[in-house]
Amino acid sequence: MKHHLILQVVAKALIPFILLFALYVQFHGDYGPGGGFQAGVIFGAAFILYGIVFGKDVAMKVVPPSLVYTTASLGVLLYTGVGVAGMLLGGEFLNYSVLSKDAVAGQHLGILLIEFGVGITVASVMIALFLSYANYRVTEPGEGE
Amino acid sequence: MLSFHLSALQVVIPLLAAPLCAIFRGPRISWLIALAVGLACAVNSLAILNQVNTSGEIIYALGGWAAPWGIEYRIDSANAFILLIISFIYLVGIFYARDSIKAEVPEHSRCWLYTAWILCFSGLSGITVSGDVFNVFVFLEVSSLSTYILISFGKDRRCLTAALRYLIMGTIAATFYLIGIGFLYALTGTLNMADLAERLPGLASQNTVAVAFGFVVLGLAIKMALFPLHAWLPNAYAYAPNAVTAFLAGTATKAAVYVFMRLAFAIFPDDFFSDLTSTHVIVLAAGIISAILTSAIAIFQDDLKRLFAWSSIGQIGYIAVGLGLASSAGVAASFLHLFNHALMKTAIFMAIGGLFITTGSTTIAALENAGRRMPWTMAAILIGGFSLIGVPFTTGFISKWYLVSAALEQNHWWLAGLILIGSLVTAAYVWKIVEIAYFRKNPDTQIVRQEAPLSLLIPTWVLVTANIYFGIDAQFTGSTATLAATAITGITP
Repeated sequence: MKHHLILQVVAKALIPFILLFALYVQFHGDYGPGGGFQAGVIFGAAFILYGIVFGKDVAMKVVPPSLVYTTASLGVLLYTGVGVAGMLLGGEFLNYSVLSKDAVAGQHLGILLIEFGVGITVASVMIALFLSYANYRVTEPGEGE
Repeated sequence: MLSFHLSALQVVIPLLAAPLCAIFRGPRISWLIALAVGLACAVNSLAILNQVNTSGEIIYALGGWAAPWGIEYRIDSANAFILLIISFIYLVGIFYARDSIKAEVPEHSRCWLYTAWILCFSGLSGITVSGDVFNVFVFLEVSSLSTYILISFGKDRRCLTAALRYLIMGTIAATFYLIGIGFLYALTGTLNMADLAERLPGLASQNTVAVAFGFVVLGLAIKMALFPLHAWLPNAYAYAPNAVTAFLAGTATKAAVYVFMRLAFAIFPDDFFSDLTSTHVIVLAAGIISAILTSAIAIFQDDLKRLFAWSSIGQIGYIAVGLGLASSAGVAASFLHLFNHALMKTAIFMAIGGLFITTGSTTIAALENAGRRMPWTMAAILIGGFSLIGVPFTTGFISKWYLVSAALEQNHWWLAGLILIGSLVTAAYVWKIVEIAYFRKNPDTQIVRQEAPLSLLIPTWVLVTANIYFGIDAQFTGSTATLAATAITGITP
C-alpha cells in the first residue's frame, strides 16, 4: 500500500488516540460502560489497523506472533493468579475482599486486575487472529506444502 | 485450609497450568506440566471423594458470594465419582501421551496440544463440579473448544473436517443447552441448581418448563452422542491422535451424561423426566436401538479406531438404557457403566495406539498375525473386547449384571433380552478382530516379535488390570455407583 499516503498519515495520527481510548475504556470500566473485553478489542483494533495500512511484515516487527501468544497466556495467568491470591490470603477463589485491609478497596483492586488480565488476553488474541489469517498461505491442490 | 479449597483446586490447577504451558512452549516441559496437573488432580479427586463420603456434600462459594447470587461448586457422591473417572483417565492418558504424541505430532505444535489438553481437562472438571447451570455451559464451551483443537492435531488431514463437523454439531448442542437454561432463567430468575430444584416443582405444569427441558435434553444428547445424534463421533475419534482418542473415549461424553443425569433427576421435578413428559421412553428406545444398531455397524468397519468409535456409541446406548429406566437401580447401572466403559475403551484405544506405533496402521488388515507379533498389545484389545461383550471376570459383566437387574426390577424381560442381543452383536465385531489377529495364518510371512514400546504398554496394562480387578471385586465401584445414584435421584434403592 505504498501509494496510499493519505491513509498512512491518517492512520498514524489516529492510532495513538485509539490506544489511549482503549486504556480509558479499560480503566474507567469500574465507573462507566467498558471493561476488559471492549478495551481489548479496541486496543487490538489499533494494531490491526496498523497491519492493514503498513503491511503485515512491518506489523510483525512491532508485535511478533510469539510475543502475542505469550501475552495472551499472561493475561489468563494474571486472572487466575488474582483468584489464587484470594485463596492464599484466606478467602475463596476470586474473593477480592481479602486482597486489601479494607474489603471495598480489595474489591476495587481485584476487579481492576482481573479486567486488566481480560484486556491483555483479548487484545493479544485479536492480534494473533489477524496475524494468522494474514500469514495464511493458500496451497493449491497438488502444489504440496 | 487446603481441604476447604479442594473443589476449586480441581479446576484452578489446570487453569493455572495451561497458560504456563503456552508460555514455556517446550515439548518436554509442557508434557511435564500436564503430568504434574494429572498427579495433583488425581490425588485431589480422591481427597474429594473421601471428604464427600465422610462429611457429606462440599459447597464452595466462588468469590465469597453466597448462592443463589454467586456461583457455587457443589459436590456430592455423584459428581465426586465422575470427577474420579475423569481425573484418573486424564492422568493415565497423559502418561501414555509422551511417546504416542511424539510419533504423531510435529515437535513445534506439541506444546499447543498439551495446552489444549489441559484446558479440556479443566473444562470437564468444571462441568462436573459446578452447581450453576450457566457455569456448566461456560465449562462445556471450554472443554468443547479445546476438544476441537485436540482432534485437529491428527496425522490424517481428514481430522480437520472431522473437527469442523464436531464444531458445528457441538455448537448447535451448546446453543440448545443455552436456550433451555435461558427459558428456565426467564421463568424462575435463578441459575443455581439447588435453587432451580426448589422452584421448578411449583411450575411443572407450565409449557415453558417442558420446552426448556426439551432443548436441554436435545443439546446434551448431541454432546453425549446418543443415537441418532451421534454423527460427529466416529470421524472425530477415528482421525484424532491416538492418545487424544483414548482420553476422549473415557471422558468427553461422560461429562455430558453426568449433566443429563443431574438435570433429569435432580433439578427438574421428580416425575418430570418419567411420568409427566415420558421422555424416558424416548431415551430408553434411543439407547437400546443404539446398543444393537451401532454395534452392528461396527462389524462392517475396516479401521480399528472407527470400529471402536462405533462401539462407543453403542456403549453410550447402554448408559442411556439405564437412564431411561428412570429408577435408582437404573441410574446406578449407568454410573457403573460410565466408570467401566472408561476403563475398557481407554485401554483399547491405547492398545490401538501401540499397534499404530509399531505397524504404522490401524486397519484391521494390519492385525494379521498380531496375536503372535505383539501378544501384550493384542491381549489388551482382547480383554477390552471381552469386557465390551460382558464376559464374566471383566467389568463389562458387572455393568450388564446391574443393567439387566435394573430392567428385571421393572419386569422388563424383553429389555433384558435385547441387552443380551446387543452383547451378541458386540461379540460379532470382537470375534472379527480375534479371528484375524489369532487364527488367520499366513505361511509366507515371517513372524517377528515387535511389541509396542513399554511407555505405551504400561499405562494400557494399568487400565487392563484395573478392568479385571473391578470385574472380580466390584465392591468399591458398585457401592460408589449406588451412592452416586442415591445422591442424584434422592431415592435409596
